[in-house]
Amino acid sequence: MITIKEYVRAESLEQAYTLNQKKRNRIIGGMLWLKMGKGAIDTAIDLCGLGLDKIEETEDTFVIGAMTTLRSLETHEGLNSYTNGSVKRALENIVGVQFRNLATIGGSLWGRYGFSDVLTFLMSLDCQVELYKGGLVPVEQFASMKHDRDIIVRIIIRKAAGRFGYSDMRIQSTDFPALNCAVSYFDGMWRCAVGARPSRAVLVKDEGRMLPEKPDPEQAETFAKTVAEQVTFGSNMRGSARYRKHLAEVLLSRLFTEIGGNLS
Amino acid sequence: MNIRLKLNGKMISEDIAPDLLLIDFVRKHGCKSVKRGCETANCGLCTVLLNGKPVLSCSVLAARADGQEIFTLEGLQEEASEFISFIANQGADQCGFCNPGFVMNTIALLRENPDPTDDEIKSFLSGNLCRCSGYEGQLRGIRDFLDSRKGGDR
Amino acid sequence: METKEYKVVGRSMPKKDATQLLLGKPVYTDDITPDDALVVKLLRSPHANAVVSEIQTAVAKRIPGIVDIFTWEDVPKNRFAIAGQTYPEPSPYDRLILDRHIRFVGEPVAIIAAENEKAARKAMKLIKVKYEVLEAVLDFRKAKDHPVLVHPEDDWFPPCEVGGDNRRNLVASGENHDGDVEAVLSDCDVVIEHTYHTKAFDQAMMETFRTYTEFDRYGRLHVVSSTQIVFHCRRILSNALGIPKNRIRVEKPRIGGGFGAKQTAVSEVYPAFVTMKTGRPAKIIFTREESHIAGSPRHEMEITLRLGASRDGTIRAIDLYTLSNSGAYGEHGPTTVGLSGHKSIPMYTGSLEAFRFSYDVVYSNTLAAGAYRGYGATQGIFAVESAVNELSEKLGMDPTEIRLKNMVREGMVMPAYYGETANACALDRCLAHCREMFEWDKKYPVRDMGNGKVRCAGVAMAMQGSGISNVDVGSATIKLTEDGGYILMIGAADMGTGCDTILAQMAAESLGCDVDKISVFGADTDASPYDSGSYASSTTYITGKAVENACEKLKKEICAIGAEIIGCSAEEIQFDGGEVIHLPTGKKIPLSDIAYKCQCFSERTAEATASHSSPVSPPPYMVGMVEIELDKLTGKVKIIDYMAVVDCGIPINPALARIQAEGGIVQGIGHTLYENLTFMENGGLIEKDLMQYKIPTRLDMGKLTVEFEHSHEPTGPFGAKSIGEIVINTPAPALAHAIYRATGVWHRELPITPEKIVFGEE
Repeated sequence: MITIKEYVRAESLEQAYTLNQKKRNRIIGGMLWLKMGKGAIDTAIDLCGLGLDKIEETEDTFVIGAMTTLRSLETHEGLNSYTNGSVKRALENIVGVQFRNLATIGGSLWGRYGFSDVLTFLMSLDCQVELYKGGLVPVEQFASMKHDRDIIVRIIIRKAAGRFGYSDMRIQSTDFPALNCAVSYFDGMWRCAVGARPSRAVLVKDEGRMLPEKPDPEQAETFAKTVAEQVTFGSNMRGSARYRKHLAEVLLSRLFTEIGGNLS
Repeated sequence: MNIRLKLNGKMISEDIAPDLLLIDFVRKHGCKSVKRGCETANCGLCTVLLNGKPVLSCSVLAARADGQEIFTLEGLQEEASEFISFIANQGADQCGFCNPGFVMNTIALLRENPDPTDDEIKSFLSGNLCRCSGYEGQLRGIRDFLDSRKGGDR
Repeated sequence: METKEYKVVGRSMPKKDATQLLLGKPVYTDDITPDDALVVKLLRSPHANAVVSEIQTAVAKRIPGIVDIFTWEDVPKNRFAIAGQTYPEPSPYDRLILDRHIRFVGEPVAIIAAENEKAARKAMKLIKVKYEVLEAVLDFRKAKDHPVLVHPEDDWFPPCEVGGDNRRNLVASGENHDGDVEAVLSDCDVVIEHTYHTKAFDQAMMETFRTYTEFDRYGRLHVVSSTQIVFHCRRILSNALGIPKNRIRVEKPRIGGGFGAKQTAVSEVYPAFVTMKTGRPAKIIFTREESHIAGSPRHEMEITLRLGASRDGTIRAIDLYTLSNSGAYGEHGPTTVGLSGHKSIPMYTGSLEAFRFSYDVVYSNTLAAGAYRGYGATQGIFAVESAVNELSEKLGMDPTEIRLKNMVREGMVMPAYYGETANACALDRCLAHCREMFEWDKKYPVRDMGNGKVRCAGVAMAMQGSGISNVDVGSATIKLTEDGGYILMIGAADMGTGCDTILAQMAAESLGCDVDKISVFGADTDASPYDSGSYASSTTYITGKAVENACEKLKKEICAIGAEIIGCSAEEIQFDGGEVIHLPTGKKIPLSDIAYKCQCFSERTAEATASHSSPVSPPPYMVGMVEIELDKLTGKVKIIDYMAVVDCGIPINPALARIQAEGGIVQGIGHTLYENLTFMENGGLIEKDLMQYKIPTRLDMGKLTVEFEHSHEPTGPFGAKSIGEIVINTPAPALAHAIYRATGVWHRELPITPEKIVFGEE
């Protein structure tokens, strides 16, 4: 269990940012991961008073506050309708409702956890992360940035006209995934995010337009193999690199067929 | 630091350590129904309602609950009494250690979705582990309650 | 079959504690004991085999709030066992409260007593320990006669002769047989020979180990603990602390699950030692991690089996060798292994011409195993039932037919089960019933569902025992209250199973009253009559009979008191449960008069105690069938339906019996498909919490259906046998069978993970 010397409910992002520049101070999100640590925190900085727990839908974007819970995302009608239910599918197996009522999108993203369903899912969208100092950064770029002392303020999803799908393999229903995949087709291009490799998700874009809009099963399988070739996989207790690569081929291939089928 | 919050309808103002967890705060205030079953936010035994939403009290700083409203099973005895006899009729209470968390989350489910399907029940309660019952009896109990309620409406 | 109409027995009713539990009332150890007791924490070793060469506590002791810190130098030097077993225990005396020699990762090296949790945690970081790290025996297959000894000490002591030898890393070894197994095997048309491996699965009861201790108003050690074994616990503490048993009182409040974990005194000695040293109330609450790394999990076993049959499917011989891993200490090692043979082989008594069962139980520098529901039978049945399924597939016979051909039937003498006779056995009816309910003929064939998915089915049978024959003692005291109610006092432990309620049902049946008239108290070594405790599927069968006997005694006593009131002989008095009647005159005496009579100028008391023990341990029987959908591309197994039919004699409370079965099946599903144990190089467990050790959720077990076939066990109370343990035994072989049907590969190691399925790794 971590120890905390002081708790501050930030009254402004500037105050939070200033406090967060000290090495032993920490922004707290859902606290689910943080509290299991053994470290000592001087000041815990809570953003819960800044109204960042809302999802705003405009004509062409979703603007999601960093403190929005995974449960709010999962049950958001607009997001589900836009993503063909993928947001629900991506989040609904994360531990339980009570957990997802605490876990925040900002906290989940900030950790850039290997197992993260949130990161994998967002990577398949046209999505940007708004950092307090760093400004707007594509989520793909954010995923590979080093941890610094900045703050995630919002997540912005552009509503590109497209189709989306999500699939994962969980050995037990609410466990961490052994592998997760998010696939999308928009702006005339397929995008595949592969996470829980077990390291953090990576995005593979079909920039060469190899996969047609409505692939047949054989084309889907071939392209899934091509994607899996470009991704590196590792081993842990939930699966070997070999098994993960195999899973990526299977899950991606099925997603291509499913999404392609929906496009017709 | 000082916090003020409403616990089971009662205002409490108290000096606390900044790293005190909500589970320890409510247990200290006599809400012994709230149980700790793990340290990893996996079991659901510590479920309380924070501003009406079910959350894991093991993962909430008491400090964050400042100014909020908390309910534990101690404060929802009547609402629970509406359906627990149906669980008891199945013998699905078993050792009972997971019961308060399960009952709290069932309350949350039924408030949000008064007429859930079996799949919706399973899905909403999937974060409530039980090692005794095998879950089927809990489901039968909730189903019997819902059916009895429908019968009563007619 | 003998059938009898009962008024209370055989009826479903809620548990007596249901409302309290479901409303979250404070009924568990941590709820009812003071919050300001000393916090007891254990500093644990990071090494699997090491000697503490130096331990410095002075700095840690100076932290405000630290009351004291104890090391191996401070504890008594007499070895003891923490297994909850009847004296003399089969488990070796191989423990100290703290040992200088560390034998597994997670073994305690210091006991910290603090005013609060924070101080204790701080102190943990400041205790400096120097270890002399030794080579560890981490592979139990290499443990026997390994040059490194887990227990080299001279004062290692086995109270019973069980074939153990600490100079060979042997906890126990033995062999028994009937007939010439080699001769029969060499004459068989088919021999199935394989090795099966099951792991040290964790009970994962929701309430971790915990104990509170204090000196009571007489200065005696008062222990409130989450335990299945109050009386054994008293003896264990007396041995460990070196204090007389009459200076110790152990009681259990409600228990948050046990499944055998709490048949071992895992947490009791630490706060007890602190209270003895400091004179202050003390409490230990195991974290989930501590429960996993230093609890009392299932014995890991490797079972090598040869099963011989003739071409027509007659099973003629079984040769079974079990290698059991007791881990760092010997608790339950010599006894669990016995069940791997004795409760698997007898299922085929119908045709078996010869069997041999031999075993070694070894020490290794891994988790110390203990008792877990099924207690060795689970492991043995996985092996035997898998082999029988393989035989049937090999011969092209329906696996239910092959079982009907070979199974034990009522009236048979079982040479592989201590020569006991199957007095009550509905195994054949269980199989027929389950076949029909499950629609076996429809579900057994493999069906292609498209997109790489297939559906198919698997089957397994199981047996267990009902108590430990010639050993277990159950007792009950029943007292009449002044208004005609009763108090039933027991030493058995309701750990959620509902035994308080079913014992009350038996008392109500005997006394001819409503079950609400019976209040139950237990268990407390000061107040309860002696009971071995709740384990080995003993409570319904053994303690239940004691309840029945105590009630019969009380009825006689009530008649005698009635006779005193009337001034007649007791033969003229009849007690039908409602009232006491003087037969010649028809005069009625209310029960309250009987009770009050004993409170005024009387030498009689309206109470009775009876003890019971049994020379036999009648097996319950069960058949389980599972339908799965297996995704051949991902290896994911989805359970569609799990159906089972159980013969537990007469179910005393069918609702509770059903829940036992459903809960056991789901635990079995967990062990089979994902509960796993893997270790780091230093011997430390990776799956040490519920984040990594995954137990089934309600999304993981499909639909469960459990029904019963009644039999009437003549030696059991109201015809009852047991149900607590058998229910965990069918999932592993049934699922392994279904997975074979889908993939053509037999998996002989648990858990059967999706990866193993995809790559066909046996």
